[in-house]
Amino acid sequence: MNWSAVVLSLRLAVSVAAILLVVGMPIAYWVTFSRWRWKFLVEAIVALPLVLPPTVLGYYILVGLGPRHFAGKLWQSWFGHTLPFTFGGLLAASVLYSLPFAVQPIAAGFDGVDRRLIEASWTLGASRLSTFFRVLLPLSMAGVVTGLVLSFAHTIGEFGVVLMVGGNIPGVTRTVSIDIYDQTQAANYDVANKTALVLLLFSFLVLAFIYGTSRRALGLWRRT
Amino acid sequence: MKRVQIMALATFAVLALAPLIVVSRAAAASPAAQSRPKPCGFVTVAAASDLTDVMNEMAASFEKETGCVVRVSTGSSGNFLSQIENGAPFDVFFSADIDYPKKLESEGLAAPASTYLYAIGRIVLWTRNDSRLDISKGLAALRDPAVQKISIANPQHAPYGRAAEEALRKSGVYEAVKGRLVLGENISQAAQFVESGNADAGILALSLALSPALKQQGRFEAISEDLYKPIEQGAVVMRAAPNPRGARIFLDYIKIPTITALLDRYGFALPAKAAAGAKP
Repeated sequence: MNWSAVVLSLRLAVSVAAILLVVGMPIAYWVTFSRWRWKFLVEAIVALPLVLPPTVLGYYILVGLGPRHFAGKLWQSWFGHTLPFTFGGLLAASVLYSLPFAVQPIAAGFDGVDRRLIEASWTLGASRLSTFFRVLLPLSMAGVVTGLVLSFAHTIGEFGVVLMVGGNIPGVTRTVSIDIYDQTQAANYDVANKTALVLLLFSFLVLAFIYGTSRRALGLWRRT
Repeated sequence: MKRVQIMALATFAVLALAPLIVVSRAAAASPAAQSRPKPCGFVTVAAASDLTDVMNEMAASFEKETGCVVRVSTGSSGNFLSQIENGAPFDVFFSADIDYPKKLESEGLAAPASTYLYAIGRIVLWTRNDSRLDISKGLAALRDPAVQKISIANPQHAPYGRAAEEALRKSGVYEAVKGRLVLGENISQAAQFVESGNADAGILALSLALSPALKQQGRFEAISEDLYKPIEQGAVVMRAAPNPRGARIFLDYIKIPTITALLDRYGFALPAKAAAGAKP
């Protein structure tokens, strides 16, 4: 089993989950409480990765952000290199790709909180921020945890985007899922088998954890 | 509010129905294509990705000549090997590495003694026209620190990747460039990485460097054939071929001079010539 690939996948997934926790909560808050008429457009954009094949995102990162196009040239002049073949590139792609897996459960959690409690907190003089941290967040913890775990797990399971833009560099972009693919192509079925089994068990445990601890949040997530 | 709802509904209906209309028109068109005479039916071919363009031309010429229909899948030879070992229904397998067909023969998955050496692949150093890299220096040019990423096929399972790594090692630049290699899943992807400008240089199949898509975009420098073992490419008929007759007719067809000339034009050395020691 290729431990450097395992470590890389874990590092990527932890980073994605952490970023999405910070980015996902404000988006979820806005999606839940905004009354803007065109809100549904933003909701549709957030949900896009649920529908889009990973190849679409891969295509835009590789070609649209490639050095032959304006956006890519701009990026290159800022960072000295383009997104593909770097850990940062995978990170950016994964954050986009897992966005709905964080935002939707968190928004469902927020949505499940009784509005009267929030309004009571406001009328008692607590600021919006303080209400968020002391009322809303504790009451929707299950949704937040679900969003965190799902974005972590979804990143571990990512394959298409990484295959398209990763360039398979050991320790940088060769993730577990890519490693299994490589081992299968090289007909190293023993190694592929072990890694696949570990991932299977891991995924099962993650989902069992979610269903076991936050049934309510996941149920809500399905309904929305 | 109501008008907005009606408009939204109308927009949705158009968006939802448009693909259906396109699909139904395509479906209506395809039976016509299938109804032409097909004396040997459908031949399903798995082809290594260095063959992408030449295989399409070979197939078109075969179809015109015989009336059979060829369905081509291109991809990495390693991937096809493992798919075939696990029951993929191909008729003929054109591998970029002759060891794979031989392995299938020895496993009893390919028709015995049917492996045919159809060509010998060559590798080149390729870069885009807008690159300032002086590739006339050969692989040593890759030492230039301006070259941040070098794309090759994955040596773990792609024959062209193995040849690229071997050539880099033999020319003594491997250690210097090791950290800058990016690996394509197959040689087409390696080509795509450098063609799109995301990698600065690549070690590609000559056949791809000569393909219409890449020819205009860049320039290449041949890599000395002393630096890597010949990339012997073999084709084989599957034992479980759904259409064994068609498979054999196709494999015979590619031995005729028009086809060997086509392979030659795409930069493949032909086995007979190579055996005679001739170099183009």
